[in-house]
Amino acid sequence: MPTLPIPHDLPLPLPLAPATAAVAIVVLFLLHIVFVNLMVGGAVLTVALELAGRRDRALDGLAREVAATVTVNKSLAVVLGVGPLLVMNVLYTLYFYSANALTGSAWIMIVPLVTAAFLASYAHKYSWERLADAKGLHLAIGALAALLFLAVPLIFLANVNLMLFPERWPTVRGFLTAVALPNVLPRYLHFLLASLALTGLFLAGYFGRAGYPVEERLPGMDRTSLRRRFLSLAFGATAAQLVVGPLVLFTLPASGMSWPMLANVLAGLLLAIGALWVLWGEVVTPATALGGRFAAIAVLLGGTAAFMVSGRHIYREGALAGHRALVAAATEDLAGEVLAAQMRAAAGTPRLKEEAAAAPGERVFKSVCMGCHARTTRLVGPPVVEIASLYRGNPDGLVAWVKKPGRRRPDYPEMPPVVLSEAQYRAVADYLLETP
Amino acid sequence: MDFPIFHLDFLGNRLLIAVIAVVHVMVNHAMAVGAMPLVTLLEWVALRRRDAALDRLAYRFLTVCFIVTTSLGALTGVGIWLSVSLVNPAAIGSLIRVFFWAWFAEWIVFVLEVLAIMVYTLTWRRMAARKGVHVAVGAALSLLSWVTMAIITAILGFMMDPGNWPVARSFASALANPIYIPQLAFRTPLAMVAAGTLALALVPLLARRDPDLRRRALRLSGGWVLGWLPLAVAGALLYRAAIPQWMLANAPVALATQAFASWYGTLVAVLLAMTGVVLVVAGLAAARPAWVPAAVAVTPILASLALLGTFERVREFIRKPFVIASYMHANGIPEAHLPLLREDGLLAHATYTSVREITATNRVVAGREVFLLACTRCHTTRGVNGVDKRLQALYGPPPWDRDTVKAYLLTMHNVRRYMPPFPGSDEEAGALAEFLVSLPSAPQRLEGAQSAGVRLAPPPARPGAGG
Repeated sequence: MPTLPIPHDLPLPLPLAPATAAVAIVVLFLLHIVFVNLMVGGAVLTVALELAGRRDRALDGLAREVAATVTVNKSLAVVLGVGPLLVMNVLYTLYFYSANALTGSAWIMIVPLVTAAFLASYAHKYSWERLADAKGLHLAIGALAALLFLAVPLIFLANVNLMLFPERWPTVRGFLTAVALPNVLPRYLHFLLASLALTGLFLAGYFGRAGYPVEERLPGMDRTSLRRRFLSLAFGATAAQLVVGPLVLFTLPASGMSWPMLANVLAGLLLAIGALWVLWGEVVTPATALGGRFAAIAVLLGGTAAFMVSGRHIYREGALAGHRALVAAATEDLAGEVLAAQMRAAAGTPRLKEEAAAAPGERVFKSVCMGCHARTTRLVGPPVVEIASLYRGNPDGLVAWVKKPGRRRPDYPEMPPVVLSEAQYRAVADYLLETP
Repeated sequence: MDFPIFHLDFLGNRLLIAVIAVVHVMVNHAMAVGAMPLVTLLEWVALRRRDAALDRLAYRFLTVCFIVTTSLGALTGVGIWLSVSLVNPAAIGSLIRVFFWAWFAEWIVFVLEVLAIMVYTLTWRRMAARKGVHVAVGAALSLLSWVTMAIITAILGFMMDPGNWPVARSFASALANPIYIPQLAFRTPLAMVAAGTLALALVPLLARRDPDLRRRALRLSGGWVLGWLPLAVAGALLYRAAIPQWMLANAPVALATQAFASWYGTLVAVLLAMTGVVLVVAGLAAARPAWVPAAVAVTPILASLALLGTFERVREFIRKPFVIASYMHANGIPEAHLPLLREDGLLAHATYTSVREITATNRVVAGREVFLLACTRCHTTRGVNGVDKRLQALYGPPPWDRDTVKAYLLTMHNVRRYMPPFPGSDEEAGALAEFLVSLPSAPQRLEGAQSAGVRLAPPPARPGAGG
């Protein structure tokens, strides 16, 4: 039993050069994933802070402020997703759509799940005061949003992973088997930690900047301690990546590995270690204002992300290179065959095989007329015996009718004109009028 | 042929797209493209008249639109894409290769539109002192919204009539398709009317504590609808004139389905009557708002939504048998492939099939694979648009005669003009007929690749390899 599907590609040229597409997909995806990280991390943090806020009112206020950022970041996350999705569709048409189909039930669930997550986020944010005396319900709404935001990335991860391994496509039976493939779950963990790290960095900057009205919005808190708190989160999450990162690397199927890919990952790792170093400084002795150290952390973590995304792209190309060559060959073969068949059809000599050899008139009858005309009973049109008696000895009249049917029977549907060759008209008329 | 076959055997694959797409069109016509200029106008009028209450009402209307468009609107937009990728990847893959830059431009405009609507909504109260600037933001947002519709309409028009593209194959020739401007001339005022009818429905709710505000707002909303309605009607006529003639023949089934195609005249009258309802209620709201209670004010939006949904169904159906006119049939098979498929058969070249050669013992299974490949983009076995109903309507209750059904499969495109020609060999038509006549006794519904996975037969022999 063969296990490697080799589909044909679409016979239309790519609208942009592969090198341009590669740059586009890395840059555009980075923009998208940063906001997705902030959306997911923000939603989770909001719930965590609101839970803690049951004992410390100041934290409830902080949770509310974080919630306000989630609703903005989510809109940017979704709109920035269009660009990379477009480039994916174009560059990896066969692979991406195949993975989509194989996980189709989950894939289409993205629509209601994310819609619900967005509406829950709005409800959570705008009902803060109104549900102040019903914290349980309010927390449940926030938790619902957070859970939905945590679930949806798995659908994407299952797809972008499955698309790289055509040899696995025949083994998949729905979304759950796709999620279980290596290395979706380690990557998911990697993504979750990255979300927390990036959100920590973002909120440190958001609350820690001079322009944030901390006295008015968060009485009792100060910018420096807020910055330190969130940068500690960034530190902790990034430090945990030192374990999860290698886990992702070692569970990655070997088919896409290459030295350039590893070089990118290593560069990302080095920048992450640099970020940890500076983050540690901020955790122990935070700066008095947002300044050089924060900028350094942002650049280092941003650089880490950039190298990881580039490395991922190199891996992707490596994993698909062999299969793409097979697809290209199959596509070219098919194109040749399509053309040859078109030429034969145009010349009037198609190589048709029919089920049973029969006289020409009978063949035409069985493939054209029989759908509506039965032998002795009314089907859609009148039966053959009736037609034969109407046109006895008048094959020309029958042919004329078939070419341009009139409307003689109001209780029957109208017969469409039938287009045949002159020889075929004559053959089928003779065949029909042979009927006793 | 080259993708795992996603299939919903009860609801049918078309309904998946239809539900998502119609919701999206309703939201983005009534609440984005149409609503943003209306809200901006209301804000501007309130500024001129120093009408603080009207300003607050405009803000609340905007907030409703903001919440719905940034959640349901945005996600159903992506949802059309996701669902089309599942149901007809060959078609959407082809369209994206032709129109990539159009979609890319659309995306840039979307980003700007999202930023603009966030700024417009979230700074409404803060910018009370600089209303002039804020109104300008609203105007810019309105333009951006319209541009997103303008771009996508080019692609929809192309699917119905690709103009010179089959010959020229350039992006410019694709963009310059004959249906583009007429469809845009129709959709623009249609969106404006939809927004106005939504405003008519919401004003009684948003202004329930201020009867005088309610009257002022109803007047403005009614006047807005009256201004745009004639343009919508004119646009509709212009659009109808641009539709390829042969497609108009599909209109009765497009509008009413096969079962009710003879009711075409009645349904057209109903649609005209609904337009009349919009006209009358809007007119009353503009001239005598006190005569318009909430229950009446809500009828135009319902009529608008019904008209929008109907239009989208008709537009999608009359294009059949093509999904991209003169290039690709609705089954995802390019017209250019038909000569080869008639010779070799569909199964010889399909990637995902368990059968390559039809033998005496595997006919029904072969027929099922042909059905999956050639028919399931539009049909189910026994669900919505089920082939069992089609056969029953033609030949009465089962059992059906296999040879008769086979003959019908080979000729039905001559009778049902919206059906593509059978894309396989004579033998495959026979196998498909056997599968179809076996359906009444078949035990389960057909499962798609999303749950059943895919099966692979040995690949076809390469030409010249002695196969």
